[in-house]
Amino acid sequence: MVKITVDGKVLEVDENNNLLEEVLSHGEDLPYFCWHPSMGSVGSCRQCAVIEYADDEDTRGRLNMACMTSPRDGARYSIEKAAQFRAQAIESIMINHPHDCPVCEEGGECHLQDMTVMSGHNYRRYDGKKKTHTNQYLGPFIGHEMNRCITCYRCVRYYKDYAGGTDFGPQASHDNTYFGRWQEGPLESEFSGNLAEVCPTGVFTDKPFSKHYVRKWDLQTAPSICASCSVGCNTNPGERYGTLRRVVNRFNDEVNGYFICDRGRFGTGYVNSDERIIVSMTRDSRDDNPVLASPEEARTSLHSMMGAIGIGSPRASLEANFALRELVGPDNFYAGVSSAELGMYKQILDIYRTKPVKVARIKDIEASDAVVILGEDVTNTAARLALAMRQSVKNEGRKMARDMKFPDWHDAAIRQLAMDCKSPLFILSPYATRLDDVAAQVHIASAEESAKIGYAIATAIDGNAPGVTGLSKESQALVKTIAEALKGAEQPLIVSGTGSMSPALINAAANIATALSDGEKKANLALVVPEANSLGLAMLMEESDRALEQAFACEETHAIVLENDLYRRAPSADVDAFINKMEGLAVLDSMKHKTGEAANLVLASGTFAETSGTFVNYETRAQHFYSVFKPVDSIQSSVKWLSDKPLAEVTADCAKEIEGCAAIVGLTPGADFTVAGMRVPRQQHRYSGRTAMRADVDVHEPKQEQDEDGIMSYSMEGVPATRDSTVFNTAWSGGWNSNQSVFKFQSHTGGPLKQAGHGICLIENIASEKTYNEFEKAESAKGDYQVFPLYHLFGSDELTAKTPAIQEKATSGYIALNEADVAKLGLQASDGVAVENNGSVPYIVRSSIQPGTVGVSVGLEGLNFRNLPGAVSLQKAEGWTSPGSWNAANIIISDKSVAAEGETA
Amino acid sequence: MDKPLTKNIEIGRAPFDFKQYEAAGGYDSVRKVIKMEPGDVVNMVKDAGLGGRGGAGFNTGLKWSFVPPPDGGPRYLVINGDEMEPGTFKDRLLIEHDPHLLIEGMITTCYALQAQTGYIFLRGEYTICEERLLQAISEAYDNGMLGKNVAGKKGFDLDIYLHTSAGRYICGEETALLNALEGKRANPRAKPPFPQVSGLWGRPTVVNNVETICNIPGIVANGVEWYQNLGTGDFVGTRISGVSGRVINPGCWEVPVGITFRELLEDYAGGMQDGYELKAFLPGGGSTDFLMPEHLDLPMDPGAVQKAGSRLGTSLIMVLDDKTCPVGCIRNLIKFFAHESCGWCTPCRDGLPWVEHILNKMEEGTGSLKDIDILDEMTRYMGPGNTFCALAPGAAEPLQSGLKYFMDEFKAHVEHGCSYN
Amino acid sequence: MNNLIASTAVKARELTPEEIKEIEHEKTHYPYAQAVGLEALKIVQKYQGWVSDESLLAVSEYLDIPPDELEGVATFFNMIFRRPVGKNVILLCDSVACWMLGCDSLNEHFKKTLGIDYGETTADDMFTLIPVPCLGACDRAPVMMIGRETYYNLTTEKIDEIIAEYKAKG
Ligand SMILES: Cc1cc2nc3c(=O)[nH]c(=O)nc-3n(C[C@H](O)[C@H](O)[C@H](O)COP(=O)(O)O)c2cc1C
Ligand code: SF4
Ligand code: FES
Repeated sequence: MVKITVDGKVLEVDENNNLLEEVLSHGEDLPYFCWHPSMGSVGSCRQCAVIEYADDEDTRGRLNMACMTSPRDGARYSIEKAAQFRAQAIESIMINHPHDCPVCEEGGECHLQDMTVMSGHNYRRYDGKKKTHTNQYLGPFIGHEMNRCITCYRCVRYYKDYAGGTDFGPQASHDNTYFGRWQEGPLESEFSGNLAEVCPTGVFTDKPFSKHYVRKWDLQTAPSICASCSVGCNTNPGERYGTLRRVVNRFNDEVNGYFICDRGRFGTGYVNSDERIIVSMTRDSRDDNPVLASPEEARTSLHSMMGAIGIGSPRASLEANFALRELVGPDNFYAGVSSAELGMYKQILDIYRTKPVKVARIKDIEASDAVVILGEDVTNTAARLALAMRQSVKNEGRKMARDMKFPDWHDAAIRQLAMDCKSPLFILSPYATRLDDVAAQVHIASAEESAKIGYAIATAIDGNAPGVTGLSKESQALVKTIAEALKGAEQPLIVSGTGSMSPALINAAANIATALSDGEKKANLALVVPEANSLGLAMLMEESDRALEQAFACEETHAIVLENDLYRRAPSADVDAFINKMEGLAVLDSMKHKTGEAANLVLASGTFAETSGTFVNYETRAQHFYSVFKPVDSIQSSVKWLSDKPLAEVTADCAKEIEGCAAIVGLTPGADFTVAGMRVPRQQHRYSGRTAMRADVDVHEPKQEQDEDGIMSYSMEGVPATRDSTVFNTAWSGGWNSNQSVFKFQSHTGGPLKQAGHGICLIENIASEKTYNEFEKAESAKGDYQVFPLYHLFGSDELTAKTPAIQEKATSGYIALNEADVAKLGLQASDGVAVENNGSVPYIVRSSIQPGTVGVSVGLEGLNFRNLPGAVSLQKAEGWTSPGSWNAANIIISDKSVAAEGETA
Repeated sequence: MDKPLTKNIEIGRAPFDFKQYEAAGGYDSVRKVIKMEPGDVVNMVKDAGLGGRGGAGFNTGLKWSFVPPPDGGPRYLVINGDEMEPGTFKDRLLIEHDPHLLIEGMITTCYALQAQTGYIFLRGEYTICEERLLQAISEAYDNGMLGKNVAGKKGFDLDIYLHTSAGRYICGEETALLNALEGKRANPRAKPPFPQVSGLWGRPTVVNNVETICNIPGIVANGVEWYQNLGTGDFVGTRISGVSGRVINPGCWEVPVGITFRELLEDYAGGMQDGYELKAFLPGGGSTDFLMPEHLDLPMDPGAVQKAGSRLGTSLIMVLDDKTCPVGCIRNLIKFFAHESCGWCTPCRDGLPWVEHILNKMEEGTGSLKDIDILDEMTRYMGPGNTFCALAPGAAEPLQSGLKYFMDEFKAHVEHGCSYN
Repeated sequence: MNNLIASTAVKARELTPEEIKEIEHEKTHYPYAQAVGLEALKIVQKYQGWVSDESLLAVSEYLDIPPDELEGVATFFNMIFRRPVGKNVILLCDSVACWMLGCDSLNEHFKKTLGIDYGETTADDMFTLIPVPCLGACDRAPVMMIGRETYYNLTTEKIDEIIAEYKAKG
């Protein structure tokens, strides 16, 4: 820390940060464009100018960019004295900027607007013509309006330098500089949506939002958690007129920081979908037509299903699962996943509890300097973690820079110095993944072989770890390389998960992390699970192994299925048999699906956006999500359907009852929480049309809706987050209307939030004893082609796949084969492949796949992965035509591939 | 008088090939330098007081001394032969007519810097230079002056590659040049880190102008004192200076540092053409401030010129005659700079087109007195330190001095537009 | 991370053996492939006259540089033509020395005699006229280049002669 004087004020600042961050952290207003807390400084926009004085005598000083200045001890600076220059900079930036704020979607949350006002520029003197550009089609997610560009380069620095995208960049030069793709087309990066937040004005916009746009202040918002994978990114969804309009990132320094993935941002349109279940229906027998049931009737029917078993869900909240468990009794409660999957979730909990490892937060992942990924396609199963891993490889460059005394924020210089020196990242996978471009080495191998290599790595690090035999020379060399890299690292990271559906792989990862542990120093371990609450569900199953197989085998004739389409989780025939056996089947869900179609009783449940509750993420971090808006009366939260108690009580019961869950009562400030006697408002003070928006129904303004679940109100009355941000939805601060205002809520720019919590990890890993798992050879499946799963960020997930924008990026189910096998099967480009136990599907060729193995898409339409045994036979499909939803162009992969014909462009 | 830079140059005759060049005393400095300690060579150049000839005039030996000690990794010498500064044509002369001098200078310099690779970054339009350099490089390889064990010195390995550019003035800025050489968009880089520490591909790199390096063989072969005596009065060395515009004999010549502008203009360039009078002149390229006839007796030395409110720059002067519109001249320069702006930083990217717009209005007589105030503001807005590199401040120089010396003409333009034919 | 199944309608053209040979030669000059990108575009342009989308993609695939990266570079530099040009590209210097010595009237002359302004190509695809910044021959202004040839001390008569020569060559 050093002391500096800024316009007469003495500030104590961190000399390792740049002056801009430091003055912002001290609450000063200093405009900027090109700098970003996660991306560092490049000094291009010239907006953050300050005057720096050489010494006490110096009266003129010199102009410097604060973002490129390391604060000097004892130095004097002035923000004020550079005001004129900053006004000029804005004025010249604005000469080509259109005056389209009234029709621009950024209007009202535009950093450029804020900075323009802040700099005092308000009168246009330039009287020439403005430059204009043509816009590009960039796919279903991102709108492009280049005329608004102020050439701050943030988009490319984010898209290319930060997120590793290669299909976008700057073109041309001088005042004709253009940011786009070399040819129009959908952006390929899985993280493109952040462009809308990174761009300080309205060049890149959220396209699905555009279709039903409202101003920021007219959105009703609440702190939420992304329900689309197990990472648990913090989000801030917004609603108006009963529809969910958009999702933006909500800062949490331990989880998502400033960025989320495109599935999370664009995948929530299903909330407004036609396939929503909006009323409850009932019928006596499966052959009857369902009839409408009032909420009371539906509820009564549900609660009168004596002796029913309950089938839970990894995508339902902890409370909803717990409420079902309470209703049917723990002995009748079954996890809604296969026993193999449940086994893996529990295995992961066990590892987190008993192995001397550090469960890796995203922050830890970013700080890692050697990474090994065992059989998990992270970009497609837990995308935000992959973005973090992309940052981890940059640590080598930072280290080099530190050795040369360059500050950490000096982004361009560090990239220049590092060139292609990266911290090592190793990937073991049955196919090429989207992280291969930053990997030191990629090894294509089956889950079994990867597991063996993993075990051997552990042994190479710690001789006490159990070994394996039968590794090839090549694998042994790899083992040595990886072991050396991990040993040499300050913060090694091991990543695996359930993606490969191999318990051995998970154990191998645990072994490596255990082997690396050295007293206080523990290796980071991240084990990915599939869904938002997979681990929460597993915690409820602590003393029970009841999974789907057991449910299917039970004697009972009545079942309540919670937020779960069983057809996605088990072989179709098994589900059919189970359902046929059921005399009474109740399904609570928000979306229509095949299981629901077979039910006698369907209850309309709320989605994440209309309900509150707790999700437990891949780290066992429990996080509370608040309902964003109140659904129509016929829709209720699953908790409310299942329990007579208010949510807070269910949460409290769950905390009491379930081992390890005690902390979840601390996730919210408590049901009695008020600020100045009022509940926390979901609407901003500027929320407009409150009296008018219902005028077509009733001219009387209704009584403010209360949220019986929690501590927020569906109202604008209350104390805004600017004064109390314990429950933090929309960031706003005087003069800072854009998302940039979040720094006003951080303890220092880019640092943790001052007030709002960041969730609580339910398993506090304190194990220190090194224990290892022995390698267990899995029974190898018999068949021509060994099956491995292929995941798709867009399409593999049940709910997000029902969102129109996601559907534009998705495709139908398919398989992937090596060239040699395609030849062997005699496949022509336009052929389909008949898959044993499944119908015929399209195929693609991927050079990275080993002969004799087949990649099978998971979750995509027309192919049920669970129908397939570990190995299958394949045949050319006769008389086959590709399904209309087949779209090979949407399959974004990193190895060389040949598209099968029949793709739709 | 010794003319170490141009002694082999005879316009109209083909340049010396390796043998002829060697016969004329060429490559002596290489033979000498390999017997010296690299550090001593650096000191020698520093002591000689050779200033960079690329425009900024920084002491060359001092610049070299910032290169950190060898760490086993690659180090580079990069020759800046981009020469796109309007009014500048000296590097073309040196390369077209004596390519071996540059090669010799590079070898000697690389020895001093302990660099194993040299790149010549040459303007793409200099096609004759390209052909002659390729020829000279290949001769140097054939004669053991490049490749392994240069001049028989064990362990002194050196490769020189020619890179031809694809147009853009900003590539002359040394860090933008490095980006261009790496195949990237030629935006400049932030300094620090300076190229000597982290340059080409992040490695220690020295960037020098063609003429600067052509001075090295002479200094190394003949010594510091010899070099210092080449100048007139207190000034050291010779440099290529020249004149363009309506003079009787435009061109460039090797002259002792320190002669006056008048000598250059009258003795070398033969004075103004008949019917034309000297109105003003740009002393060293398009990015220097105008000087007036009363400055003609200043010595052509960076310090002296700076005192008069301008920069010596490349020391090729451009003459503005009385029949040419100064506002139009500035407009032409600004149009050039606005187009050549790399688009990285705001004042330059968006400020220069605004200036150009105002000057266009002046030309047409649609400007206003307020516009003149804006022009004046702009010169300070784009001033040194305010932009990311020196392009925009350079562009502001003719404008600011133009406003100083030709305000009446600007005002006249506001009312009537341009009245020069 | 070059991930194309079918994301672009453009298909790379095949590079000619001469182009490949020259690109390979350039590769020996630089430790990183990216540095060869601009060189390769120039080589392609030398043989093809300009850099078409198909050529850009060909270079991209050959050097494994994403096409967007190459496009950023190609459009940055003045002398890479991303649109078709005539057989002979006339680069007329319009910087200050040439301006003082009358390059504007030469531009007018081209308009009159060839019927093309800056940025335009004659109907027979013989000539494209492009302004170029200072060609570094201010002592012999006005100046222009056609292809790799530079012409000094231009007058309208001289230009007519030069153009006639090119026309005669066909
Ligand atoms: C916009 C701009 C253009 C420049 N163009 C050239 C150039 O064409 N040739 C050159 O030698 N230096 C040029 N320079 C100066 C170089 O940045 C650098 O100072 C020089 O190459 C250093 O060599 P020296 O020390 O031998 O002079 C330019 C600088 C700027 C800011
Ligand atoms: S002043 Fe800025 S925009 Fe202009 S050339 Fe330099 S870096 Fe580029
Ligand atoms: S924020 Fe400092 S120059 Fe852009």
